[in-house]
Amino acid sequence: MIKTLYARLKQGYRTMPFPVKADALPNRFLGRPYLSANLSPADFQQCKQVCPTKAIAGSEANFSLDLGKCLFCGECQKISQNKAIVFSKEYRLARSERKSLVLSNQPDMAEQRIKKKINNIFGRSLKLRQVSAGGCNACELDINVLNTPGFDLARFGIQFVASPRHADGIVLTGPVTKNMQLALEKTYKAIPSPKLVIAVGACAISGGAYIDHPEANNGIDALIPVDLYIPGCPPHPLTILDGLLSLIKC
Amino acid sequence: MPGRILKMHNCQARLLADIPEMSFTEFRDMSINQIQKGARVVSFFGCLDENKSIRLMMILAYDKQGYLTAFSTIVKDAYDSLTLQIPQVNRFEREIFEQWGVCPKGHPWLKPIRPQQTLNNNLDNFPGKENIPLVSDFFKIKGEEIHEVAVGPVHAGIIEPGHFRFQCHGEEVFHLEISLGYQHRGIEKALINGPDKRTIHYMETAAGDTTIGHALAYCQAIEGLADCAVPLRASALRAVMLELERLANHTGDLGALANDVGYLPTAAYCGRLRGDFLNLTAFICGNRFGRNMLRPGGVRFDLTDSMINEAKQRLIKTFEDVSNAVSLLWDSSLVADRFDDTGSLSQKTALDLGLVGISARACGIEQDIRFDFPTGIFKFSQIPISTHSSGDVFARAFVRWLEIQRSVKFILDQLNKLPEGEIMAAVPLLKPKNIAVSLVEGWRGEICHVVITDINGNIRQYKIVDPSFHNWLGLAIALRGEEISDFPICNKSFSLSYCGHDL
Repeated sequence: MIKTLYARLKQGYRTMPFPVKADALPNRFLGRPYLSANLSPADFQQCKQVCPTKAIAGSEANFSLDLGKCLFCGECQKISQNKAIVFSKEYRLARSERKSLVLSNQPDMAEQRIKKKINNIFGRSLKLRQVSAGGCNACELDINVLNTPGFDLARFGIQFVASPRHADGIVLTGPVTKNMQLALEKTYKAIPSPKLVIAVGACAISGGAYIDHPEANNGIDALIPVDLYIPGCPPHPLTILDGLLSLIKC
Repeated sequence: MPGRILKMHNCQARLLADIPEMSFTEFRDMSINQIQKGARVVSFFGCLDENKSIRLMMILAYDKQGYLTAFSTIVKDAYDSLTLQIPQVNRFEREIFEQWGVCPKGHPWLKPIRPQQTLNNNLDNFPGKENIPLVSDFFKIKGEEIHEVAVGPVHAGIIEPGHFRFQCHGEEVFHLEISLGYQHRGIEKALINGPDKRTIHYMETAAGDTTIGHALAYCQAIEGLADCAVPLRASALRAVMLELERLANHTGDLGALANDVGYLPTAAYCGRLRGDFLNLTAFICGNRFGRNMLRPGGVRFDLTDSMINEAKQRLIKTFEDVSNAVSLLWDSSLVADRFDDTGSLSQKTALDLGLVGISARACGIEQDIRFDFPTGIFKFSQIPISTHSSGDVFARAFVRWLEIQRSVKFILDQLNKLPEGEIMAAVPLLKPKNIAVSLVEGWRGEICHVVITDINGNIRQYKIVDPSFHNWLGLAIALRGEEISDFPICNKSFSLSYCGHDL
């Protein structure tokens, strides 16, 4: 017993004071990318060509990067000589609307992050049911990690529950494989309304690395209306936490 | 017949034409014979021959001798199942049926393994097509006091989908059947005609918690097929990443095991400490799971001297806390009561089922790719094999703890003497009509990638075997005679991948 108490003392208090302050992200972390307004056709073509998921589209004068498709592999940043695309350490990437995930190199486009009207329905309590439908377990693990003492999700009033009947919404990971589609639809139906749908990770948003596979859907969008998109492959736990907190009153 | 055995080394490219082709009777006798001599099935799959017939390819490993062998036979729409003589091929045979429409006649339990699109474009002309099972019943036990428990595919926690069907008598489990396939995304099919810019991402997401393991197996196979020498520094950095992945997952699993028996101190500490290992991984490559680190030819990120120092300090600090948290487990009578003699497997069962990785080593089987089939830096720096003999949940937990200690020492050794030089080499074109078998000891166990190239040096077929593919049946058998309430800790002690199995 004394050893257990000593261990408790040694391990200490480790919860980060989020959202006041977050732990520092590593220097090589790839967060929100910024797109250059001036670049040569060659530069643009290079970036477009290396992208594994066709997240980069448009022309050199007016080009866009779809965060919903981006795997954050950084190949475009690496190949571009003239900083056509530069990834920052900004981890707050969640958006309420699919179209807001498409970043542009046009500075005048106003970017809307989160719609706030949902807040009032659920107040300070949010119970969620997680469904993995073809996820590779990276998104799942980085959602799970929010329950560890470092993040301590429960202190915000957010909890992952065991039954859809107890849930206010669904957190989906994976591109929605054909083999899992029915189970997902049944789970969604079992959640009482009003209900939220949160798509976590490139797969859930667009199909990610599995875009256009006949064995899977291109994410959840075509099946069920989505309230919050949390991009990444997988999103950093802080990105997920920031996204979830946008849905409740803090 | 020994003269007809083709010896291969891990990741060595061989001409496809050199793989012996034999009659089915010879093939069957050879398989049975070699298994009796101590060989182990690492992969068994069908592939399309140039004249459009189906060739069954058997890849065996001789762990103690450190070499692999391959032989093959041409089949039509059916052949006599090998499962009764070689239980470890049972899932492979079901997979062959599903992918190619070739029926293993007499297979004792011919159910779909993962409902999927066939790889056989010619299947419409195949007489076996109608017989491919899409749905089928579960094994049922009848009797007045027998009841059935069905769980999944959506589970109570934040985990992947799978369906578990228990046949119980009271609390006691007589039989557990595990039905998977919900995560099937068609990876093997999408890899054909590659490699292309999406290939590495399939590897990194084949099983997201084994990003480094699968990416490494892929890179080594490609490098073998292209005769590409990876710089020593890159090899060492790859091994550091592989061991960090092991540390993170083992620590997380020990925490989860503690959680499943209600011992919360270790559960809470290990949950956080797993994150510290992941953050250390991200410190090196920017991503907590090691995404974007490995590419054929080497690695994408180097470490500066100051980074090496910081990495070492962080590793030592984290290991100190892990030692403290894990040591609580071994002192608790509550934990011992739940871990000891729970979910036991005998060594014979483990060998018969062809278990790999922690699950095999926890049954006292000395088998570790890093030691038996070393590649890269493991040729120069060996990690001793960690085993325990009791085959129960405790053994699987304890082997993890042994491996944590040895991995930490290994990483510190590597960082102390990191070779100088480049971190990336150019990768030439792949040799046409070749085959390479790549084995990596991932944190769960043996990862096997078999790559066959076509006449242009593109991928003609890619076969992935995640350790979970071997081990899921081990979990089902380990649960026989156990109380159903012990399922969570048994499951966690195997800690198997759904997506790695389903692909």
